[in-house]
Amino acid sequence: MQGLVQKNISDRIFDTCLYVVMTIVLIVTLYPFLNVLAISLNDSMDTVKGGLTIWPRQFTLKNYETIFKFEGLVIGFRNSVIRTVLGAIIGVLTASMVAYTLSRREFQARRLFSVLFALTLYFSGGLIPGYLLIRNLGLIGTFWVYIIPSILGVFNVFVIRSYIDGLPNALQESAKIDGANDFTIFWRIILPLCQPVLATIALFVAVGHWNSWFDTYLYNAQKPQNTTLQYELIKVLQSTQSATDYRFNSNNQQSMAAVSPDSIKMAITMVVTTPILLVYPFLQKYFVKGITLGAVKS
Amino acid sequence: MESLTTEITRPAEGKKRKHRFWYTMLQQRYLYLMSVPFVIWLIIFSYVPIWGWLVAFQNYKPGKSIFDQKWIGLKSFIELFSDERFYHVLRNTLAMSVMGLIVGFTVPIIFALLLNELRGRWFKRSIQTISYLPHFVSWVVVAGLITKMLSVDGGAVNQLLMSLHLIDKPIQFMAKGEWFWGIVTISDMWKETGWSSIIYIAAMAGIDPEQYEAATVDGAGRFRRMWHITLPGIRPTFMVLFILSIGNLISIGFEKQFLLGNPLVSDYSEVIDLYALNYGIGLSRYSYGTAIGIFNSVISIILVFTANGIYKRVTKETII
Repeated sequence: MQGLVQKNISDRIFDTCLYVVMTIVLIVTLYPFLNVLAISLNDSMDTVKGGLTIWPRQFTLKNYETIFKFEGLVIGFRNSVIRTVLGAIIGVLTASMVAYTLSRREFQARRLFSVLFALTLYFSGGLIPGYLLIRNLGLIGTFWVYIIPSILGVFNVFVIRSYIDGLPNALQESAKIDGANDFTIFWRIILPLCQPVLATIALFVAVGHWNSWFDTYLYNAQKPQNTTLQYELIKVLQSTQSATDYRFNSNNQQSMAAVSPDSIKMAITMVVTTPILLVYPFLQKYFVKGITLGAVKS
Repeated sequence: MESLTTEITRPAEGKKRKHRFWYTMLQQRYLYLMSVPFVIWLIIFSYVPIWGWLVAFQNYKPGKSIFDQKWIGLKSFIELFSDERFYHVLRNTLAMSVMGLIVGFTVPIIFALLLNELRGRWFKRSIQTISYLPHFVSWVVVAGLITKMLSVDGGAVNQLLMSLHLIDKPIQFMAKGEWFWGIVTISDMWKETGWSSIIYIAAMAGIDPEQYEAATVDGAGRFRRMWHITLPGIRPTFMVLFILSIGNLISIGFEKQFLLGNPLVSDYSEVIDLYALNYGIGLSRYSYGTAIGIFNSVISIILVFTANGIYKRVTKETII
């Protein structure tokens, strides 16, 4: 009897510690985001006084109004949206199309193509040869450098293929008897059936495009019209002394002076982060499924 | 191509077989149309750069084709191995990757273990959902958040340490080289712990509940059940991931170092890939940069096979 009581007590202590630790994890994860949000929504003169935590003291939208007057940022936002949407659509269509051909058992080139695709998962040419290739293709300084080199993800091809392999074959067979060609089968039957896996992959590809900055840095640093949001954020964050170091091409010098660099940095950070937060519930729903699919494949 | 069709046709029917091959190809024209453009794309973007490795043995000058370059043999490699800076960046790379490896495996496993012990379902799910979030945010944003949290004026970390009276004046975290490795490791931990724990949580869910029941009947407490059932249950998952990441010890990328570093800490922040980037593209020394890349790949391959060999000897199983 006494032993049981003791066990209950130690159990309860353990549970309490567990909840405390997890609450700390929660705070550590969320605090930086909330802090940045609070600063971005706070009057910038007031922010300079310090002491802001997770709630704005003097609420204002002026910081956001100011940053949307910066031409570079607006162009970057537009480019990021375009590459994200275009990249995700192209990425899903191409990967599923290739996956479908590789799933057809009677396809002559199936084995050869599968091996060609699979090998690239294990090696890559590396940074410099990749750069030289892009240069020789004349893609430097163009918007297409964001799209063409990442037209399809090889890993995604295999994830989708394993999904197609799991679909019932009867539909395909009956369509073939009705005289449908392979493309029609893909477009009318396979694509609609693959919706769950395609949603997962579209979201992952989109997040990858939205978050990528290195291609802008490497290939489009000299082309302001091809800049992306992440790259603009890097430029702002790395101008340590003041935001005026960062050439905003702003015509509105007055509004610049009234807003402190810190507030600008935080407002831009929020603009870059918010789309991720918006799609996060959907990502959440799908990605565990995505991971399991990947695991099945390997 | 021909060999692919031999399974479905008999070798004796030579002429007929050839005829049938073209016939099938015509039949499957849509499949070819749907895949060949991407195979060409793949060859250009994934296989042609492998040819680019030849650049390391040439005195590469832009504007000429790779076949018209002057061959210089191993000169780039000799230059690389006699550069003192190279050993310096190698030290930085290994230090950060070993720290990352240790933290990147222990913390997510501990997190998964704790999460597994959590009873409130709603609380558990919320914690999980929130812990994955930083994974999807870009490194650019994370670097910004970390810099903000560690800043001297009003950074949360300095404020916390000050209010606990652990320090008298704010520490300049981002300006001191000796903090850099730790900052990179902790940023990585903050961003990826939740995400990395998913796979362990999935492995833990696959453990037979009867094992726990039997252990409880035998009088095993919570810690003993975690030690003797949960941890052995995730061992195969752990081993696969561990060996794969041994292969990546040297190629840790440069994103974090690029974004968190600044000129003040470059003695600690420059890693191999950044070194290759600075020399190879920054100074247009393409051959030298490619030589660094080749060194990277060769070491990775050696590491992963060594790790796999050791694992094989110990457990009589193999990962690759």
